[in-house]
Amino acid sequence: MSAHVHARPAPVGGRLLNLATVTCGVLILAALAVLAIRFTAGLGAVTNLNDGYPWGIWVVADVVIGSAFACGGFSVAMLVYIFNKGEYHPLVRPALLASLFGYTLAGVGVIFDLGRYWNFWHILWPGYASPNSVMFEVAACISLYILVMWLEFSPALFEKFGMKNARRRVGKAMFFLIGLGTVLPMMHQSSLGSLLVVFGTQIHPLWQTMALPAIFLISAITIGYAVVLFESCLAAAGYRRKIEMHLLTPLARVMLGMLSIFLVLRFGDLIVRGALGYAFEATLQSLMFWLETACFAAPLVLLRSAAQRRNPARLFVAGALLMLGGSLLRVNAFLVGYDTGAGWSYFPSVPEMLVTIGMFAIEVLGYIVITRRFPVLPREDHAAPAAAH
Amino acid sequence: MTTRRDFLRRAVAGGAAAATCTVSAPAAARGNAGRSPEALGLLFDSTLCIGCKACVTACKAANDLPLDVSTRPESPWDTPVDTTAKTFNVIKVYREGAATHKDAGTDGFAFMKSSCLHCVDPSCVSACPVSAMTKDPVTGIVGYDPNACIGCRYCVAACPFGIPKYDYQSPTGEIGKCELCRHRLPDGKYSACAEVCPTGATLYGKVDDLMAEAKRRLALTPGEITRFPRGNLSTGDQPSWEGAAAAYVQHVYGETEVGGTQMLKLSAVPFDKLGHKPLPDRSFSSKSETLQHTLYGGLALPLVALGAMTWFARRNIGAHEGDEGGEE
Repeated sequence: MSAHVHARPAPVGGRLLNLATVTCGVLILAALAVLAIRFTAGLGAVTNLNDGYPWGIWVVADVVIGSAFACGGFSVAMLVYIFNKGEYHPLVRPALLASLFGYTLAGVGVIFDLGRYWNFWHILWPGYASPNSVMFEVAACISLYILVMWLEFSPALFEKFGMKNARRRVGKAMFFLIGLGTVLPMMHQSSLGSLLVVFGTQIHPLWQTMALPAIFLISAITIGYAVVLFESCLAAAGYRRKIEMHLLTPLARVMLGMLSIFLVLRFGDLIVRGALGYAFEATLQSLMFWLETACFAAPLVLLRSAAQRRNPARLFVAGALLMLGGSLLRVNAFLVGYDTGAGWSYFPSVPEMLVTIGMFAIEVLGYIVITRRFPVLPREDHAAPAAAH
Repeated sequence: MTTRRDFLRRAVAGGAAAATCTVSAPAAARGNAGRSPEALGLLFDSTLCIGCKACVTACKAANDLPLDVSTRPESPWDTPVDTTAKTFNVIKVYREGAATHKDAGTDGFAFMKSSCLHCVDPSCVSACPVSAMTKDPVTGIVGYDPNACIGCRYCVAACPFGIPKYDYQSPTGEIGKCELCRHRLPDGKYSACAEVCPTGATLYGKVDDLMAEAKRRLALTPGEITRFPRGNLSTGDQPSWEGAAAAYVQHVYGETEVGGTQMLKLSAVPFDKLGHKPLPDRSFSSKSETLQHTLYGGLALPLVALGAMTWFARRNIGAHEGDEGGEE
């Protein structure tokens, strides 16, 4: 039995109206304005999408990267409940909250990109749904996972509103929800990579491989830990709380372990397929490949010693670099390494970027509001008297 | 307390499970799909095409498609330069050097039809999550149903020939592509492009017949006089004509590419110069579906994983939730 004494989660408190929340509000309004045009005048009115690049950043950033960034909840829950590392328990709720937002928004973001969105329910409807399609698997798993995460997070809401019966009932099913909450993201995070297999030779050999599901899954788990480091440092700075170094330092080691597995898999696959040679050609693809690889490799150097892993600034930078590397892997595989023939090009338009920025603004705003009002972050009992209770 | 050994043991078990998921025996492996014996298609012979574009106009009329202005505004007339959501068929011209000799690789010119190839094992159908893209089990025609479509454009991205196109200018945009005039079949009519082709460069028929005709032409000596059928090869509804055989590239494009297509192409200019890249014989959809069904066939692996994860979670949950003081 492991019995760790944790501070119970408690609302941070404080004002909701401040520079950060107002900025987020303005960015969200800008995104809504762009979306109003998109839904009345079509995708072409606001995006640079074309038939050579039918998928842009609304798919790659908002959904593929957005959901990978939202793997914190899954990665930490797996560590705590599957690997029985109970000491990380205080990280579960904040990570789950960020995941909940990330995934819910990724699900909503899909609607913006769907050209015939009113039919979206077809994807889960017998008679329409096609199990041969990788996208069907992604859609089914993500939909179910969003539901499961809301249930996993519901104790925080039930506690806030004093609904003891509901809290108890969800608690009884929690072990099953946690099981589902680890298997479902494994399924769709790997499938987000499998999406590209059917693109065949249109995807550059540096990214087209039958190992895509494993590469995307392992990188998503690694990103999950990176996001927790990144968020914990940011939340500590933003709320002037103590950084949970006693948790983050060992978590960084777990992250480096996953990262090493990822790099061995990534390069092993390139070598086995004989594709590593493409990395040494003078192409945009090889340049981007090395940029991606540098971002993945940097944390191994930045955090190589125990002393370095106790340095919050290093944890923050390493986490951010890993998130960047994971983003580059996805942008490279879906866009930079995608070649559908001569004459086509794509770079996101400003309105397109405004929507993506607006989506991330919703996440930040939601995180601030919920952590200030709901019991998510651990109570700071032993902190300075100034800390809000 | 959990020990490091516990942690490692579970990490190894998890790793093994993940490895099993990704590299387990391809129980659900499938090869390329086979072609229906009744499959319908087209044979396009670039050496017979004179670039009149009667097929482009006929396609517009038969499919009730609007004008598509994609040429520069100063051009003397409007003509689409590529297929779009509103243009399902175009004739593209290849020019090299002085462009004076038809079907010559250097200083030559040639025409190539661009429209759906109706793959035997189509990527778009495999990609489509809502069965909006379907392959007819008898005719093999790849059809599209806008009422089922969610507009995700996975088909647009997946097609190795860049054929399905989306209408980005409409808030309710649809995918557009050649459906081999399947709406004309009940009236006893066939593809409008083949019906109007004056030289038989675009020929309609059963794919088996078209393949035999293509092989017959490849076997001819360049310059040899032969008869070229027109319209519908399988019914012989239009008179044939006599002409000289060209110096064909000895390859039927579409015989093996991505598992074969129901549109076959012949040319005297190398195909890659006409925008037809070499493609592997194995269909991309068979690779993708083999991967998916190996991982998810019968939901066996996910259920095993779920069982294991639930077991661990149930065992470990009490230890961590109890200290929150709440009744779990």
